[in-house]
Amino acid sequence: MTARRHHPAARYLVVLLGLLLVGFGYALVTGVGEASAAPGGAAQNQGQIAQGRVIFLAVCASCHGVLAQGVPGVAPSLIGVGSAAVDFQVSTGRMPSREPVEENPRKPVLLHPWQIRALAAYIASLGGGPAIPSAAQVSQSGAHVGLGEQLFVTDCAQCHNFQGAGGALTYGKYAPPLTASTPKQIYEAMLTGPEAMPVFNNTTITPQQKRDIIAYIVQTRNEPNPGGFSLGRVGPVTEGLVVFLGLLLFMVFAALWITARHGKAHE
Amino acid sequence: MSDSPAGRWPGDDQTADDQTADGAPRRVVGTPPPGRSLLGDGAADVPAAPPRELPSDPEDLPSAKRAERVVAACFMVAFLAGLAFIVAYFVFPVHTLDGVARSNLGLGLSMSLVFLGLAAGTTIWVRRLMPDVELTEARKPLRSSEEDRAAFEQTFEEGADASQFVKRPLIRRTLIAASLPALAAPILLLRDLGPLPRKDLTFTVWRPGLRLLKADANTPVTPGSFSSPGSMITVVPDGYQDKFDALAKAAVIIIKFAPGQVEYTNADHPVPGKVVANWTVDNIVAYSKICTHVGCPAALYEQTTHHILCPCHQSTFDATRGAAVIFGPATRPLPQLPMTVDAKGFLVARHDFTEPVGPSYWERP
Repeated sequence: MTARRHHPAARYLVVLLGLLLVGFGYALVTGVGEASAAPGGAAQNQGQIAQGRVIFLAVCASCHGVLAQGVPGVAPSLIGVGSAAVDFQVSTGRMPSREPVEENPRKPVLLHPWQIRALAAYIASLGGGPAIPSAAQVSQSGAHVGLGEQLFVTDCAQCHNFQGAGGALTYGKYAPPLTASTPKQIYEAMLTGPEAMPVFNNTTITPQQKRDIIAYIVQTRNEPNPGGFSLGRVGPVTEGLVVFLGLLLFMVFAALWITARHGKAHE
Repeated sequence: MSDSPAGRWPGDDQTADDQTADGAPRRVVGTPPPGRSLLGDGAADVPAAPPRELPSDPEDLPSAKRAERVVAACFMVAFLAGLAFIVAYFVFPVHTLDGVARSNLGLGLSMSLVFLGLAAGTTIWVRRLMPDVELTEARKPLRSSEEDRAAFEQTFEEGADASQFVKRPLIRRTLIAASLPALAAPILLLRDLGPLPRKDLTFTVWRPGLRLLKADANTPVTPGSFSSPGSMITVVPDGYQDKFDALAKAAVIIIKFAPGQVEYTNADHPVPGKVVANWTVDNIVAYSKICTHVGCPAALYEQTTHHILCPCHQSTFDATRGAAVIFGPATRPLPQLPMTVDAKGFLVARHDFTEPVGPSYWERP
């Protein structure tokens, strides 16, 4: 064993293992969340509201209270948040959450689409609020990608990054990447301001402008990467860092190999 | 050895000290060995061929043979990759985005292989086939010989005399006068770095009654439309949407709070003596977007904690308490823009900021 540890290849192997670990760690950290789809539709009727109430009592009431009035320090009141907020939170898997955390991550969706619709109808019946957008409201046909880019850069990019890759906020919170968000979820997020995100109501950013922004996000994330790996599309700093570290390690290896003593005459 | 002066330097004749332990003289590869002259004195002058300093063949001949094949293989790889580069140049069309990507891959990959093959082959050649002998060369003294120094001095003095520079003061003085303005000219050009900024850093273009426009949409804002608590947008002064010099200081974010959320009063405002009671409209507060640390756009607003975060160095401001600094390197709160509404109900500036926006400068440490 000791002999093997002193084998000339041993140090290269150690550095190689270190590299692999860093690589896998990076892949884990930047892993893309699972995509989810929640077909639209908010037909409200008494039966659906009753179904939604049953689901609410079973799934949500333990934190939000049996009357959805909220519990101070644990969960906010849901009266008046609207069906759009419910659809966003549940269809992205952020809710139901096991425990109150600073930032609820995107998770696999727990409820069926009909359950989400019923839950949204029940919450909307408690106090109105922003409604789930129709398919036409989030359609990208006729939307202006160029205007959308200007609006996105002005109002969204400071947190979500100019390519929608997300970014860090204060005290463990973060702006999530927009890579897996459906157009409907993006619309609902602007309308309701989930988590720490500011609210952009329909008079601050008009429905047409919202569609422009959605069109920009969808088109940008579908762009090919002609340069090769995108490295999370977070800009030149990451690319430079990867190239710097990669080249530096290569140079270290090369220098080690070139200057290593060799031949039997010296040993 | 020591009786041959050709190619020797002063201080180079301590033959006994100048040898390594195994007898090889300290010398740099490529310089002539003692006893041999590059000028070719004639074979008759050299009594016998001196002993070799470098071995002509490696000790381990079979290993050297293997190394030779590896080196040749590396060079062949470089040769083939060079051919592939030429082929790739002609076969990959470049008139589409995908075509450019393929062409870049082909050209880059083949050229990398050329350089890799050459570098690897050369390195293996040096390491495995060339002898590993250390030769040391004594440093040549920097000071010229006394004869050279005396000769230079004489040449200089004779030249100075012959040029009449010393004897004819009229020429000497007019020459000096002629060069003085030309020498002063570069210093004069430094003036173009100005003018001095005067009060530009102290004030922005905000003035009483100037409307706040939503950035990029360029539409004015009413308190009724900007009505959802937790909203935050960037606004610019009306008429300056495309004047980037002005916007670099005048960009502002406005935040809509729920009633009772803006906690500070005149008494505990982080900037003592600031009158802020009537600076807000309907729980809408306007802060400078320019971070007071080094001037990055600070607009990462969290509606749950009311933190305004600057992404450059993580300066964090509390929007409910006059944008007081709660974390990071910034030393001052974000200046607040006083607002009111005009006759048509649009948000307008009440007057300019009461303090300079942005980072510190000479007169404002």
